[in-house]
Amino acid sequence: MSSSRPDAGGAAVLGAAAPSAPAARAGARTRRRPSGPGAAPYLQAAPLALVLLLFLVLPLLVTAAVSLWDYTEFTLVPDATLRNYREMFEGCLSGGACGTLRTYLSTLRLCALTLAVTLPLGFAVAYFLAFHVRSDGARTALFLVCTAPFLTSNVIRMISWIPLLGREGVVNRTLLGVGAVERPLDWLLYSEFAVVLAFVHLYTLFVVVPVFNSLMRIDLRLIEAARDAGASSPQILLHVVLPLAKPGLAIGAIFVGTLVMGDFVTVGVMGGQQIASVGKAIQTHAAYLQFPAAAAQSVVLLAVVLMMIAALTRLVDVRREL
Amino acid sequence: MADRMVVEAGRGVTRRGALLGGAAAAAGALAAPAVHAQGPVTLRFVGTAVNQHQGIKDKVKEDLGVNLEYIAVTSDDVVRRAVTQPNSFDLMDLEFWMARRVVPTGNLVGLDTKRIKLADEITPALTRGEVGGRKLGSQGLAPWKILYMEGREAKGFAAKQTEWMTIIPTVYNADTLGIRPDRISRPIESWAELLNPEFRGRASILNVPAIGIMDAAMAVEASGRHKYADKGNMTRQEIDLTMAALTEAKRAGQFRAFWRDFNESVNLMASGEVVIQSMWSPAVTKVRSMGVPCVYQPLKEGYRAWAQGMGVPKTTTGRRLDAAYEFINWFLSGWAGAFLNRQGYYSAVLSTAQKHMEPYEWAFWMEGKPAERDIRAPDGTVMEKAGAVRDGGSFEQRMGSVACWNAVMDENDYMVRRWNEFIAA
Repeated sequence: MSSSRPDAGGAAVLGAAAPSAPAARAGARTRRRPSGPGAAPYLQAAPLALVLLLFLVLPLLVTAAVSLWDYTEFTLVPDATLRNYREMFEGCLSGGACGTLRTYLSTLRLCALTLAVTLPLGFAVAYFLAFHVRSDGARTALFLVCTAPFLTSNVIRMISWIPLLGREGVVNRTLLGVGAVERPLDWLLYSEFAVVLAFVHLYTLFVVVPVFNSLMRIDLRLIEAARDAGASSPQILLHVVLPLAKPGLAIGAIFVGTLVMGDFVTVGVMGGQQIASVGKAIQTHAAYLQFPAAAAQSVVLLAVVLMMIAALTRLVDVRREL
Repeated sequence: MADRMVVEAGRGVTRRGALLGGAAAAAGALAAPAVHAQGPVTLRFVGTAVNQHQGIKDKVKEDLGVNLEYIAVTSDDVVRRAVTQPNSFDLMDLEFWMARRVVPTGNLVGLDTKRIKLADEITPALTRGEVGGRKLGSQGLAPWKILYMEGREAKGFAAKQTEWMTIIPTVYNADTLGIRPDRISRPIESWAELLNPEFRGRASILNVPAIGIMDAAMAVEASGRHKYADKGNMTRQEIDLTMAALTEAKRAGQFRAFWRDFNESVNLMASGEVVIQSMWSPAVTKVRSMGVPCVYQPLKEGYRAWAQGMGVPKTTTGRRLDAAYEFINWFLSGWAGAFLNRQGYYSAVLSTAQKHMEPYEWAFWMEGKPAERDIRAPDGTVMEKAGAVRDGGSFEQRMGSVACWNAVMDENDYMVRRWNEFIAA
């Protein structure tokens, strides 16, 4: 997140001090109990814990701290003010939708629409790969085909939609040519439709992979048993396959949801910069060196996304199913 | 003392010591450690892509033996870098409104006009706001308001001419609306057309708040809704009013899209998505070179102008500082000026640029006369066929009609918040 960039120096300094303490403690423990059962798991977890501490927890703490700072046009003033949060929700309490609320509604709407398409689509693709493709070779090959869009950069994948969907693009010309429409369709590009289309194109794979993983773990004898017990195909899908695919769907939803909530590039390019997203608002603040305002936005966004994930994990116990 | 001796020793073995000449001696005490004093100097040059051409880089290497290392970033990132990472570059190409945001941090130092040979030759359009005896509009951050500083280490601007320049002007232009004459069959004469419902779904402005709001203000004022005291420094009420007008237009579907960079504006225009939008001069040329008709339409309310120049961070010292001055002097000496003029920009020192241009080129670009023969870009591609006339006419006509300058407002924080709300509206 760009909002934490100016603190990279501070993070590095703190980071240099941080690893020494746990490492020393861990070292002392191993010396005292060389074959003790307690030390090994901690030691094994230490590298990842350190990485997460340095590159996740610490930047988040810094972001949270900066969100309380004051700022002027060209300086950041360490402080403990709620100015950034107050300004963010200015006008929200006095009735009517304020900019921030509208931005969140717009972002959540994009998120919901994207999920509504990617989840069924990703499930269908994964179902096909898991149950209809018999040979492992074909399955691997088809999986590689799924990843083909990722061989080019994100931006190029988005931009290539533009000549297709534009007012004088391929789709409109074809529709006009066959006489299906009388005037070019404007809503194909620079619209919510275009944004969701690009998201579906970019992120469906993130649903396919975890759902496929869940489906491959289904014991086929369960399906046989269901059929023996007289269940029809839709019933098997609904009462056997779908419940067992839930963790995969939940993980896919978390991937897609978090990616969409934080996005500002796709929304910008495909929405013609006209559609609000939280990421875009953060970017605008950061571009004008209003890092504390950007940090406050980030903290609120993080809270919203965490709540979404919490809600999802209440629906599905992801950890148990893994 | 020991330091200085090392430096002197270092300079002794420098091949280009003679070229850097006496100027280097003046900065001797600040010189870089001896290890750096070998071989050609490399200047890390940050800026938007306007002045960063391979042609200039090659010529500088040839003429001065200085390596330019281009670091191209967006205009927002220019400011961000200058404020947060002043030691990551040796030389910066920035607009005056950016300088207004960077100078108070103390990260840019004043440049000694005594070391700039052509300082007195810089066009009065920038130093005094005059073109051919006409006074230019001074709304916004007109360059002459912030051209000088009280001293090298000053953190503010001087009210009158001093020996220290904030940045050395290099390039400037007058911006207006670009239109598709093949799709708009009547004359366009006013900024008000940007918000005219006739172009619903076919208009665009740029999504850079500080500049976008000025284009909007030009349109609002032209439509007679409000007269601004200073479009470049609005009051909160004026910001509210302008954003309300924009929001209303946006909700009515006036804008097809907003653009953020050069190529986006070219694509919107060339693809026919948009027929009227705020635009940059070379973007219009680019659209035209793709065979699509496009006019950089002069409007009766005048132009929104911008100017940029070279700034040096306080971390540039010694040989690199000398090389920076050397490079700036070279930039004003004509070759680069002609290079910029041939793309439709204007160079800071016109007299030297004229010497590096063919008379027919000068007549076309600067005097507004019909092209005697094909006009070519620096890379050789034909930009205009013989007989063409530059949109907006001569230098005096175009720069003389400037109404306001790119700016950053005192109420910038508030404006950015309102802009975010506008995007969300």
